[in-house]
Amino acid sequence: MAYHNIIFTLNGEAEAVVVPSHMTLLQMLREEMVMTGTKNGCAAGECGACTVLLNGEPVNSCLVLAVECDGQELVTVEGLAHDSQLDPLQQALVEAGGVQCGFCTPGVLISARALLDRNPHPTEADVRAALVGNLCRCTGYVRIVDGVLAAAERA
Amino acid sequence: MHNPTPGLPAFDYIKPASLREASQFLMAHGDTARPFMGGTDTFVRMRDGFWREKHLVDVKHLDGMNTIAFDPEIGLTMGAAVNMNRVIASPEVNAHYPLLAQAAGTVASYQLRSRATIVGNICNGSPAGDTTGACIVLQGLLHIHSVDGTRTESLDNFFLGPGKTVLQPGDIVTAISFPLPPQPWTGCYIKLGRNALGDLAIVGVTALGYPDATAKSGYRFRLALASVAPVPLRPVAAETILAENSIDENIIAVAAQAAMDAVTPISDTRGSARYRKMMVRNLTRQAVTDVWQKIGD
Repeated sequence: MAYHNIIFTLNGEAEAVVVPSHMTLLQMLREEMVMTGTKNGCAAGECGACTVLLNGEPVNSCLVLAVECDGQELVTVEGLAHDSQLDPLQQALVEAGGVQCGFCTPGVLISARALLDRNPHPTEADVRAALVGNLCRCTGYVRIVDGVLAAAERA
Repeated sequence: MHNPTPGLPAFDYIKPASLREASQFLMAHGDTARPFMGGTDTFVRMRDGFWREKHLVDVKHLDGMNTIAFDPEIGLTMGAAVNMNRVIASPEVNAHYPLLAQAAGTVASYQLRSRATIVGNICNGSPAGDTTGACIVLQGLLHIHSVDGTRTESLDNFFLGPGKTVLQPGDIVTAISFPLPPQPWTGCYIKLGRNALGDLAIVGVTALGYPDATAKSGYRFRLALASVAPVPLRPVAAETILAENSIDENIIAVAAQAAMDAVTPISDTRGSARYRKMMVRNLTRQAVTDVWQKIGD
């Protein structure tokens, strides 16, 4: 079994780890980096709980190999808050009641953050389309969508 | 098969420095090696035990794999590793081949499309691929690198069965190119899923139409059907009906019936064979009517 030395930036910090070929990015984040904000849901690219930013674009980290991230830039939910201040999107989601059990929340935040970065003034339809790949079994989505729209209005 | 653990079975990740090296490695390792692009199908099939390759060869960084180029004399050439979100956002695609962007937009979710590729969709040989129909009606040509050199393959004879294509060990699809479509053309993709967005197609109908003085009707249509046969299907009888009869509501209905008669769907968790057949008729009628209304004026 082959191992690879890889370097990457994770939430702005330079990191170097050794990973086996078949380790997923999700496993590396949770098990090697002990960054457990990113969740393992379906492991098949359907639920979006494992969504992270790879070079600024959201990906399902269960379907990316850790070794593919050599030289790349990663952002997880842990990278959204700065100086003990929640990202405005996080704050808006909390205020809208868009967080219930919380399992989907890290993935929702990453997908929504990426949406607002590429489209600062989304419509409700834009928000729903951007979150198609983030399944939530608690909220019924209405409050999540409200939270993202509120964050966009404040920005 | 459900595996609750996030892990993949052990394999070696290979990152060749050149196409030549990649083809040689794949040739030498036959059935135990496979090239991969975004991995959105590959890793799911590996995890579920359907694929047991010992070597996965990453080819997405190789020459020309990431470029989109439009030449007004030749058409569009798209590197095999161009992901679907790039297709959807590409000004060249939207200006000259909007059907490709529309079809890609129906695939799964934004984060899946950050990795998924049109060429990967084709190479996996799924009869359900959402973008495959658009590639067929736009007469996409696959550019293939192998140990013997390079060649091109049309999509007409590319698919052999579910998950089976004419690709051989050592073959790497490096790009897909599209000729300039006949002007003025219009096209549409209608996808029936269990949800409005995000699901796989129960039935997918792609239609493209354009005026053509050599056809008796004055128009030609190209149709492609997804998820209703072992391979992506072109219902030739339906296309012929639309070329040879003056087009009206009745002829469109006859053509839609011919499309329904051409398909051989299976029943699965997403829908029964009978439902699929009937929806092929309904959606073909809808797709052709939609295109006809735009080009018929």
